[in-house]
Amino acid sequence: MLRQLWYRLISPIDPPLMALAGALLFVALLVLASASPERLPSQLINITAALVIMRLVAQSPPQRLMHIALPLYLFGVLLLIAVALFGDISKGARRWLNLGFMRIQPSELMKIAMPLMLAWYFQKREPLIRFRDYGIAALLLLVPVALIAKQPDLGTAILVLAAGFYVIFFAGLPWKVMIGLAIAAAAAAPLAWSKMHDYQRARIMTLFDPESDPLGKGFHIIQSTIAIGSGGIFGKGWGQGTQAQLEFIPERHTDFIFAVMSEEFGLIGNLVLLVIYAMLIARGLMIAGNAPTLFTRLLAGAITLIFFTYAFVNMGMVSGILPVVGVPLPFISYGGTALVTLFFGIGILMSVHKNRMLVQK
Amino acid sequence: MEFANPQEGLEKFRSRLGVAAGFVLFCFFLLFARFVWLQIFQYSYYKTRAEENRISLVPIVPNRGLIVDRNGVVMARNYSAYTLEITPSKVGDLEETIDGLAKIIDIQAKDRKRFKRLLEESKNFESLPIRNRLTDEEVAKFIAHRYRFPGVDIKARLFRQYPFGDLASHMLGYIGRIDTRDEDKISDQEQDDNYRGTDHFGKRGIEQHYEFQLHGITGFEQMEVDAGGRAVRTLARTAPVAGNNLTLTIDAKLQGVVEKAFGDRRGALVAIEPSTGGILALVSMPNFDPNLFVDGIDTQSWQELNDSPDKPMINRAVYGAYPPGSTFKPYMALAALEYGKRKPEQGINDPGFFNFGNHQFRDDKKGGHGYVDMYASIVASCDTYYYMLANDLGIDNIAKFMAQFGFGQRTGVDIPGEAEGVLPSEEWKKRRFKKPEQQKWYAGETISIGIGQGYNAYTPIQLAQAVATLANNGVMYRPHLVKYITDTRSGTQTMIEPQPVKAIPLKQENIDVIKHAMVGVNKEGTGARAFAGAEYVSAGKTGTAQVFSLKGSNYKEGGTKKELRDHALFIAFAPADNPKIALAVLVENGGFGAAAAAPIARQVFDYYLLGKMPKGPAGETEAGDGD
Repeated sequence: MLRQLWYRLISPIDPPLMALAGALLFVALLVLASASPERLPSQLINITAALVIMRLVAQSPPQRLMHIALPLYLFGVLLLIAVALFGDISKGARRWLNLGFMRIQPSELMKIAMPLMLAWYFQKREPLIRFRDYGIAALLLLVPVALIAKQPDLGTAILVLAAGFYVIFFAGLPWKVMIGLAIAAAAAAPLAWSKMHDYQRARIMTLFDPESDPLGKGFHIIQSTIAIGSGGIFGKGWGQGTQAQLEFIPERHTDFIFAVMSEEFGLIGNLVLLVIYAMLIARGLMIAGNAPTLFTRLLAGAITLIFFTYAFVNMGMVSGILPVVGVPLPFISYGGTALVTLFFGIGILMSVHKNRMLVQK
Repeated sequence: MEFANPQEGLEKFRSRLGVAAGFVLFCFFLLFARFVWLQIFQYSYYKTRAEENRISLVPIVPNRGLIVDRNGVVMARNYSAYTLEITPSKVGDLEETIDGLAKIIDIQAKDRKRFKRLLEESKNFESLPIRNRLTDEEVAKFIAHRYRFPGVDIKARLFRQYPFGDLASHMLGYIGRIDTRDEDKISDQEQDDNYRGTDHFGKRGIEQHYEFQLHGITGFEQMEVDAGGRAVRTLARTAPVAGNNLTLTIDAKLQGVVEKAFGDRRGALVAIEPSTGGILALVSMPNFDPNLFVDGIDTQSWQELNDSPDKPMINRAVYGAYPPGSTFKPYMALAALEYGKRKPEQGINDPGFFNFGNHQFRDDKKGGHGYVDMYASIVASCDTYYYMLANDLGIDNIAKFMAQFGFGQRTGVDIPGEAEGVLPSEEWKKRRFKKPEQQKWYAGETISIGIGQGYNAYTPIQLAQAVATLANNGVMYRPHLVKYITDTRSGTQTMIEPQPVKAIPLKQENIDVIKHAMVGVNKEGTGARAFAGAEYVSAGKTGTAQVFSLKGSNYKEGGTKKELRDHALFIAFAPADNPKIALAVLVENGGFGAAAAAPIARQVFDYYLLGKMPKGPAGETEAGDGD
């Protein structure tokens, strides 16, 4: 009886994905115990909540996800508009919507709603996807991205843009269009530069020359780079990172937690983390490759690549090869919102995988 | 682009998955390459930077060396006291903070002014004292309210203290907060590391000259600090080494006797032990309280000192250059003997004036001294004798001879700010003036040089060195203030000198003639009144230096404005046959040397040779004949 219940509980869960996500959660708790042990209890609560959501999503069939795609998207865009009109300002950006009893950050919702929506759209157009469908998809993508970028929240805007782009890419956007877009983007870079906020420009500038402003904007990058470099091959040992323990690393439990891990576990630790991420992504792409419908394929592929984008952008910025944008290290950075979003994605992958044998209609 | 065939669409999708996988691998490889670069190739660089972040060297300032007199009496010491300090960079509104503090602790306007001055001069991140010497009660009060004042703290600091206040202030000097000039000196000595953490530096006097002896070696505490600069724990500690102690040749009690003897008169006195060159007393009056400067002097006191017409901040003993007046005559007489221009018994008839060209040089005494030989010329201070002698010797012989006694040259005494003075000669005039007609030396100018007037200008310490050298039969020592330096760690004492600088080649019989005449001065001459009843035999020479030349009218002591009155001088040594002390006294605008300066010398000798404490300031004796 109990065994049966347990079996029912874990039946929608994909063991390889769960094992990899579990490994990442283990790393997360290990590093957090060193960087900010007082936050362990609340992070355990966050993890529990995220796992519950993952389990719920995992048991929902893809059809149900298709049903909520459009409403979720519209709801998200409405909320973004509401934020732009009535949002709370915090740290110079208008990102939060105060509902009276809680504050929510609607841009986070778009990370899931966006690929759902676009996958749903292409599914609807199948089997005859025309060129203008890519245009419509691009429009569906750019409206919320623009709203988020306007808040301004460059990190989230990039993630949402990436999520939507991955769907369009997997839906077969022709290479010549992509090359054309790349050229156009390069040409538009100066214009984008002029439209950017000062702090965004400063972050890009400090990437190229962090020492130019060692106490100001370059401080984050300099200190995290020192932490990583001084970790060496084997690291300084758990709890022994001087950069981390003496608080030289800023945001060391959230966006810069990778620097803490890197300082204490060294190159070996970094390699282990990269391998786990690579395996997680490989598993995700495998699930996408075996997915039964266009919707599930596009969704699984895009979500998997979002995991990659999180990881790459975060590690790139902390190690000083990408500008500082507010992107957490997936599954590892402290914080409930990102964790829920990520495990929502894991849940979707599991659902797609469980239902791989179902044939449409 | 259309997917007509589902199978074809799946193939296409899978190929795109492959592209994505390739892209992911490429990006991860890029990251890995970055990590290898940082953690293997740049490892030692970043390791060093992490250590620099973590470790902070906190200097431990050494105790400054003590200054004691020849008998071990402490003249400069350190004491520990609590100060209330503000770190301006950690305080939001300075004014508000100080106002708040003033409600608990007594902070006066002058404290605020001083703090403002320190603030302007301060480096970043320094903590600056707003109040010094807190009482225990004040400390307790502040601690109770500390939480209200972030960036304000109580610190235990060592303070320099001069226990005798203004006694010997010019000689001792003082310490004050390091300024840019001090920083240059520190850099010149490559002492920058050793002065990390040091706030004070010797200014003036012994404190300045022996700064690097007194300072000591700074210790260091290796602290682990966090990003906020807060110390987490101590990693290592190197103890500081206290500065060396200085033992002076000065006799603090004698110094006190002299300063009392001056009363409120301006002037200087330098007393030297002839057999070593050790300075027994170095006085410049008025003096000041060096303790005022230690915490940073407040503006009002500073202005009072600076604006005073008495110029208390000038060390007259080494910086003031005065005509020697008649105290020059014994050396002139000695020159005459050495050059063979006069014999002791050879006399002149003094009509009361000496005519040279169409100018008449008058003697002090109306109608003249009558028949005057060398002895009488010194004892009675006859001007005419020396007008004629100067003319016979010529300026260059005078200059050459006087240079041997150190006139017009810095003595090399171990305190800063010594003036050179002027030993006039043809060559000096060429150097001194620009226009050709001014550069020429006129024979008439030599005449007044003979009585210590004209271009002659010497510092009191030069006069003292010369008379000490004469007392010592021509063997010259460099006047100095520090007898020995004690290394506080090993206890070894390094003696300073006494090595004779030189022995002036003089005939002893000639010296004896001069000394005999100087004894006569105090026995039956111009110094006789001041030395009446002395229990020892002393030798001296009075002098009066004109501040302002009064042509054609008689000089009347009482009838001239004080600033225009003559300077009174006296040189002396005692006991005459075995000199233990030689000195030069100058009383600015004191009038006659016999009246104003000689009595001070009497008190000094009485104290030094007999241990007699004077009853009050040296009174003016009534003027005898001449100066």
